[in-house]
Amino acid sequence: MRLSLNLSNAFADRLFGFAVRGAALLTLALLSGIIASLVMGAWPAIREYGVGFLTHNAWDPVREDFGGLVMIYGTLATSSIALLIAVPVSFGIALFLTELSPTWLKRPLGTAIELLAAVPSIVYGMWGLMVFGPVLARYVQQPAQSLLGDVPFLGALLSGPPVGIGILSAGIILSIMVIPFIASVMRDVFEVTPPLLKESAYGLGATTWEVVWHVVLPYTKTGVLGGIMLGLGRALGETMAVTFVVGNMNQLGSVSLFEPANTITSALANEFAEAAPGLHQASLIYLGLVLFLITFTVLICSRLLLMRLKRNEGKRV
Amino acid sequence: MRMNHETARTTRFARRKQFNRLAIALSVCAMLFGMFWLAWILWETFSIGVSSLSMAMLTQSTPPPNEAIGTGGLANAIMGSLLMVALATFVGAPIGILTGVYLAEYDPRGKFPGTVRFINDLLLSAPSIIVGLFVYAAIVVRFREFSGWAGAAALALIVIPIVIRTTENMLMLVPAGLREAAYALGAPKWKVITRITLASARAGVLTGILLAVARISGETAPLLFTALNNQFWKASLSGPLANLPVTILQFAMSPYENWQQLAWGGVFLITLAVLGLNALARMLSREKLK
Repeated sequence: MRLSLNLSNAFADRLFGFAVRGAALLTLALLSGIIASLVMGAWPAIREYGVGFLTHNAWDPVREDFGGLVMIYGTLATSSIALLIAVPVSFGIALFLTELSPTWLKRPLGTAIELLAAVPSIVYGMWGLMVFGPVLARYVQQPAQSLLGDVPFLGALLSGPPVGIGILSAGIILSIMVIPFIASVMRDVFEVTPPLLKESAYGLGATTWEVVWHVVLPYTKTGVLGGIMLGLGRALGETMAVTFVVGNMNQLGSVSLFEPANTITSALANEFAEAAPGLHQASLIYLGLVLFLITFTVLICSRLLLMRLKRNEGKRV
Repeated sequence: MRMNHETARTTRFARRKQFNRLAIALSVCAMLFGMFWLAWILWETFSIGVSSLSMAMLTQSTPPPNEAIGTGGLANAIMGSLLMVALATFVGAPIGILTGVYLAEYDPRGKFPGTVRFINDLLLSAPSIIVGLFVYAAIVVRFREFSGWAGAAALALIVIPIVIRTTENMLMLVPAGLREAAYALGAPKWKVITRITLASARAGVLTGILLAVARISGETAPLLFTALNNQFWKASLSGPLANLPVTILQFAMSPYENWQQLAWGGVFLITLAVLGLNALARMLSREKLK
C-alpha cells in the first residue's frame, strides 16, 4: 500500500514534469513556427524583389508590381509622431505622479492612466474616425491651412483634403495609446531612485525640476529608454486604431501630414483577406515579416537597456 | 560691488525658481492632457453607446445595410466572440500556467528556461496581426476555409504569453519557506506545486487570466483573416464566424447609418466588458495584497 502510493507519486511527478516541460517547449515551437511560416509565405515575394522591396515605391495588384516603401514609411512616420508627443507627456506624468502629486491622488491617477492602456484599440479607432478626425480637421487643419497654406514647406506639410485623416491623426491617436506604457515604466523606475540621492540634492537647495533632471533622470536613463522602446514597439505593431484613421491609400506623393497614407499593419488588415494567392499575398506577408523584424529589434534593444540598468543597480547597492 | 554680487545671486535664484515653476506647470499640464483624452474617449463611447443600445441589439442578428435604424442587432457577433474567447481561454490558460510553473519551479536559472523566457517576451510584444498571419498560414490555408477554430487559435496564442508571464511572476513571490516545509513533510513535487505554491498564488494567477481575457475580448487584428466574419447566427466554430470586433470594423467603415449605429453599440459593449474585467482583476490583486 505504502509502496504503491510512493510509486504512484513518483509516476505523477514524472508526468507533471513532462507536462510542464512540454508546455515550455510548445512556446519555443510557436516562435519558430511563426518565423518559419512568415518566411515561407513571403518567399515568392522575397525571391522576386529581394531587399529592393523595402525601397520600391509601387503597389499595383493588377500589374503585380509590389514594393513596401509606402507602408514602411507610414509605419515609421506615425510611430515617430507618436513618440514625439508621448515621450515628453509621459515624462511629465511620471514627474507629477512621483514628485508632485499628493499621496491620496497617486493611486487613482495611476489607475486612470493605466485605464488608457486597457481601452481596446478598436475603440480608439472608432473614436478617432468619428469624433477626433473631424475635430482635428475643423479646428486645426483648416485654420492652419488658411494661415500657413502659402508658406513654402509648411504649406506642403498641411495640404490635403480637410477630413482629418492621415499620418498626423494616426500619430496622435497612437501617442495617446502608448502614453500609459511609457508613463508607467517611467513612474516605476523613478520610484526606485534611492530617496537618499534625491534628498541630498534637495538638501543642497536644488529645485524639484533640478532634482528630476539632474539626479533622477541620469540615474534611471536606461530604464526610461527601455520604456520608450516598449512604447515604440506598441506603436509599430498597433493595427486597428491606425486602420481606422490613416486613410489606407497606397501613395507617397507628398510630405503632407493630412494626406491619406498607409502603414504595414493597416495594409495587412485591409488587403490580406481579399488578396489573391500568389505575389500579392506573398508581398503582404513580406511586409508582415519586415514588421516582425522591426519589433524584434526594438524589443532586443529595450531588453539590453533594461539588463544594463539591472547590472548597474547591483553595483550601486 | 558687493551689492551687484548679491543682486546677481538673487536674480539667478529667481530664474531657477521660475524655471521650476514652469516645469511643474508643464508636468501638471501633461497629467491633465492624459486625463483629458481618457475622459473624452470614455464620454463619447458611453454617451453615443448608451443612446444606440436596444433590446434588439442583444436578440437579433446583424441586419443588411440600409435598413431602418433599430432593426437588427449584434446577437450573432456577441455569440461568436463569446465562443472564441471562451475556447481560447480554456486552451491558452492551462498551457500558460504549465509553462509558468516550469519557469518558476523547475530550474529557474537554467539556460533553456532563459531562452523560453526571452521568447515569451518576444511573443508578448509581437504585433497581434502577425499572430493572425501565422494562424492564417498554419490553419486557414491547410483547411482551406476561414473558421471560428482558427480565430480561437489566434486568440489562444495571445493568451499564452500573458498567462506565462503573470504565473511565473506570482509563483516567484511565494516564499521558499512554504515550499521547503511541504517538502520536509514528504510531499512529492507535483503535490507541492498544485497544493501549495499554485494554491497560494491563486489570486495572482487568476488576475493574469482575467487580464488576458480582457485583452482578447477587444482584439480585432488576429481575427481579420482567421475567423473573418459572418452575418448569420451560428453556434458552431466551423466556417467563418461572426464576432464583435470585426463586425464593428466593418460597420463603422460603412456609409450606412443603421450599421454605424450598431457599431457604436458594439463599441460600448466591448468597452464595458473590457473595463469590467480590468476592474475585477484589480480587485482580485488588491485582495491578495491584504
